Amino acid sequence: MPLNIDWQQILLHLFNFALLFTILYVLLYKPVKKFMDQRSSYYKELDAKAHKSVEEAAAKQSAYEQRLEQANEEIDALRAKAGEEAGQLKETILAEAKKESARIIEAAKTEAAREREHILDDAGDEISKMVTDATAKILFADADSAYEQFLNAVEGSEPRE
Amino acid sequence: MGKRNLKVFIGIMTGIMILLLAGIFLIGSSPSGESIREVMRDCVLHQNDRIHFFGMQVNPGAISAFTVTGVVFVFALIVRIFVIPNFQNVPGKFQLVLEQAVGFFDNLAKTNSPERNSFLGAYVFAAGVYIFLSTLFELVGLQAVTAQGHSITLPAPLSDINAAIAMGCLSYLVILSGGVLSNGIRGVGKTLKEFSLPISMSFRLFGGLLSGALVSELVYHFVQLSFVLPVLVGVMFTLLHALIQTYVLTLLTSLFYGEVSERKKQAVQRTI
Repeated sequence: MPLNIDWQQILLHLFNFALLFTILYVLLYKPVKKFMDQRSSYYKELDAKAHKSVEEAAAKQSAYEQRLEQANEEIDALRAKAGEEAGQLKETILAEAKKESARIIEAAKTEAAREREHILDDAGDEISKMVTDATAKILFADADSAYEQFLNAVEGSEPRE
Repeated sequence: MGKRNLKVFIGIMTGIMILLLAGIFLIGSSPSGESIREVMRDCVLHQNDRIHFFGMQVNPGAISAFTVTGVVFVFALIVRIFVIPNFQNVPGKFQLVLEQAVGFFDNLAKTNSPERNSFLGAYVFAAGVYIFLSTLFELVGLQAVTAQGHSITLPAPLSDINAAIAMGCLSYLVILSGGVLSNGIRGVGKTLKEFSLPISMSFRLFGGLLSGALVSELVYHFVQLSFVLPVLVGVMFTLLHALIQTYVLTLLTSLFYGEVSERKKQAVQRTI
C-alpha cells in the first residue's frame, strides 16, 4: 500500500494502545479520579455541614432575637403595669396617709382640747387655792397686825424705867 | 557563585565552544552512507528499517510504541502500589502533578461533553499520555537493530503513519460510539457526516510528528548542525510538538464526541 500503510501495523498499534489504555485506566486514572472524587465529596459534605450549621445558627439567632424582642415587650408591659400599680399604690398610700394624718391631727386636737381643759381645771384649782391662800394671808396678816398693835399699845401704857 | 567565579566559568565555556566550533568547521562532514533523500524516505516510510518482533517484521514505530507502553506500565504500577495509597487531602508535588494530569483530561471531557463523559475522560487521558510520551520518546534515542542488521535510533511511534492512522481511526470510533450511545441511529448519522474526521485526525497527527522528525533528521544529517542547534531543534521543538499534538487530538476528540452525543432537546435549547 502507498505510504507503507500496513493493516498489520495498524492493528499492532491499536493493540498497543488498547493495552496502554487498560494499564492507564486501571492503575492511574481510576484510582486517582476515585481519590479526587472522594476528596471532593468529603469537602462538599463538610461544606454542606458548615452551611447547615450556619443556617441553624442563623435560625437560632433569629429565634433568640424574636424571644428577646418578646421578652423586651413583656418587660415593657410589666414595667408599665408595675408603674400603674405603683401609681395606684401611691395614691392609696397617700390617701391613707392623708386619712391617718387627718386622724392624727383630729386626735391631737382632741387631746389638746382635753389637755387644755385639764390644764384649765388645774389652773382653776390652783387659782382657787392661790386666792384662798392669798385671802388667808391677807386675813392672817391683818390679825397679826392687830395683835402687834395691841402689843404695842400694851407696851405704850406701862411706866417706863 | 561570586562575580569572579562567574567570569571564570563564562570564560571557560566560551573557550570550549570556540574550540568546538573550530573543530566542527575544520573536520567537516564525513561522507554519509545514504543520501538525504534516502534518509527522508526512511524517516517517512520506514520500509528499510523493519525490526523482528515475535516472528513478525514491524516498523520501528511499533517497537517504540511497545517500549512506551512498557515504561508507562512500570511507572503506573509503581505509582499505584507506592504512591496512590499514600495520597493526602492536601497534595504534595508529585500527587499534584498526577491530579492535574487526570483532572485536566477529565475536565476537558466534562466541559466539551456534558453527557456521557466518564469513558471519554479515560480515553482522552490515555490518548494524551500516549501522544505526549511517545513524542518525547524520540529524545531518548534508544537504539535498535533492523532485520537487515543496521543500527537505527527508534523514532517517535506516531511518526509512523500506521500509528497515526490507528489513533485517528480509534478516536473516530470513540466519537461514533458516543453518538450511537446517546442518539442511536441519529448519532450514527451525525458522526458519519464528519466522514473526513478519521483521515484529518490521522494525518494531522502524522504530519505534526513527521515534520518534527524530518527537521530533526535534516539537522542530524549534517555534522556541522549537530552541535548546539539540536538543543533547540530537538528538545524545544519536540516538547512543543508533544504538548500541541496532545492538546489538539484530545480537544478535537472531546469536541466532536460532545457534539455527536448531545441530545436533541439540549441542542435546541442551546440554539435558543
